Amino acid sequence: MAEAAVRYLRDGRLEGEHAPALSVSGSLQCCPLAARAMLHVTAALASHAASGKSQARGLVIVAFDRSPQVYLDFMRRRGLDPNTFNRCVRILDCYSDPIGWKQKIQSQQHQESSVEPCSMDKENVTIFRSVKDVDKLMCSIIDLGRGFEGEDKIYFTIAIDSISSMLKDASVSSISGLLSNLRSHDQTSSIFWLIHSDLHEPKFSRAFECLSTMVASVEPAVVDSVYEEEIPGNMSFLEKNYSNAKFYVRLKRRNGRVKHLYEELHVEGNDVKFISSSVSAEVNQNLLPKVQFNLELSEKERSDRANVVLPFEHQGKGEPIRIYDGRRSLPEAQQDPNLTASAILDEVKLPKSATSKGEIHYIRDSDDEQPDSDEDPDDDLDI
Amino acid sequence: MEEYGGGNLLSEAMGSGPRVVVVEDCVEAPAAFVLHLLLKRALAGGGAVALLALAQPFSHYDRVLRKMGCNLSLHRKNGRLHFFDLQAFPGGPKGGAICDAFFRLYGDIQRVVDANRIAEHAGQFTVMIDDVSLLEVAAHGSIDDVLDFLHYCVTLTSEMNCSLVVLIHEDIYSSERVGLLLHLRYIADLVIRAAPLSTGLATDVHGQVSSFPLLVALANIMMRVGVLHL
Repeated sequence: MAEAAVRYLRDGRLEGEHAPALSVSGSLQCCPLAARAMLHVTAALASHAASGKSQARGLVIVAFDRSPQVYLDFMRRRGLDPNTFNRCVRILDCYSDPIGWKQKIQSQQHQESSVEPCSMDKENVTIFRSVKDVDKLMCSIIDLGRGFEGEDKIYFTIAIDSISSMLKDASVSSISGLLSNLRSHDQTSSIFWLIHSDLHEPKFSRAFECLSTMVASVEPAVVDSVYEEEIPGNMSFLEKNYSNAKFYVRLKRRNGRVKHLYEELHVEGNDVKFISSSVSAEVNQNLLPKVQFNLELSEKERSDRANVVLPFEHQGKGEPIRIYDGRRSLPEAQQDPNLTASAILDEVKLPKSATSKGEIHYIRDSDDEQPDSDEDPDDDLDI
Repeated sequence: MEEYGGGNLLSEAMGSGPRVVVVEDCVEAPAAFVLHLLLKRALAGGGAVALLALAQPFSHYDRVLRKMGCNLSLHRKNGRLHFFDLQAFPGGPKGGAICDAFFRLYGDIQRVVDANRIAEHAGQFTVMIDDVSLLEVAAHGSIDDVLDFLHYCVTLTSEMNCSLVVLIHEDIYSSERVGLLLHLRYIADLVIRAAPLSTGLATDVHGQVSSFPLLVALANIMMRVGVLHL
């Protein structure tokens, strides 16, 4: 379901709306995992932007907690080509010199002698030296976002890692102001941030959740209900919590309906893997009354159902079944970057209408709703 | 004492090359010995150390380390140990802002690190703080200034092949929900915690040491408890 959240961020905003916002929160009990989930989402959006599938042309990473090098290494390991990376990712480095001490020392040294300063020369990393000035931070973020190449209106996605470090230097109100200004800026496609929920009072993290359309919380896989926190020396709990976590996503759709999703998160090498757990019922469990019938599908029934081709979908007949996945994922689009989504759809229809009489071809959206789900198919409509 | 569990556990925990090590202790089981072991380890490995001492004067470390077979005075003379006696920190002109004092201190550390980087032997550099709780006292309880200073020390680890070792007294923060301790745990790659035995006092065992690697790059998480003999 991390996919679902990423998809919402990828698709970006509609005209006249605020940009969708995701708040990733985690506590120390599963600390490395929340940060890794954040890296995972960042890398996923960077690769969407690189392949042109997303509304945003690029990604601006505001790095407080981790050095830009961490992002560069992570993206490289995920297989993102350095050239593409340079083209569509900009990093505002608030980590290396947040309050300008290094620059001050450097200027002092220059007065004394000319010692070669140690600096990072990377074209897409900009060092920011006054994190206490929230207005200046906002201008720098937007300036970086405007720097992406492209015709017409350029949209960009913003990743902030993390809000907790910003709160050290600025008040809650000024940062909420910054976030909502960024959300309402007309070139922002989407925005997401990480927050360490146990570093602040609960009301602070809730204040930031109110600004977001999606909340992803990473929670420890095992919690001792008696002590409610880790017991020093109890290793089995810790060991489990460092490699597994629960990933809850709450997202609000355009029509106001709220969806709860649940996944398990596992550490896998340098990345994390999301496994949609069969216990997705866990979320519903409390809501559903206890009944005699079987309301859930077994694994086999689930896979059988997935294999059914619905009558209104085209029946294969040797052609691959296409699933519409974002703006430009169809093979034609890769050859011709100028195509828009509607042009792609036309092109898919064209060869067929040439061969036979009028046919309607249904391309299933990659969105997670099953065609026969109980959900109202029209609930996306704004009426 | 390092022949026993504590030493083995430490070398196992340090084997993965953690950048930021936080050592937590409490009154019942002080962990100053962990710093001594790590200090000896860092110097023996051919590296250089900057020791920010707020808790003890140089003669104390000198005596302890000499007993462990490591001559601190010699290392100091050779420029491998940079001792910052901060017992009177912030000192200087009264009334000066604490952040300026931290800025000057950081400037001194960075200069030493730079000099070490240029020098020929250029081994691993370790910045060691004994202890952060006293740093907070020196800052008149201004956590933000301490965190800014620590953040700059952490940036040294990612840019200049340094590691940072800090000691903090965990029990001071037990009643606070949010404090320096929590922030430190967030920036730590490895947490070493000394605690009294849960079964109570014993004649020859003083307490137990546990380590929690939080290193992001670690794929296989290992955790052990060692029993510490003193």
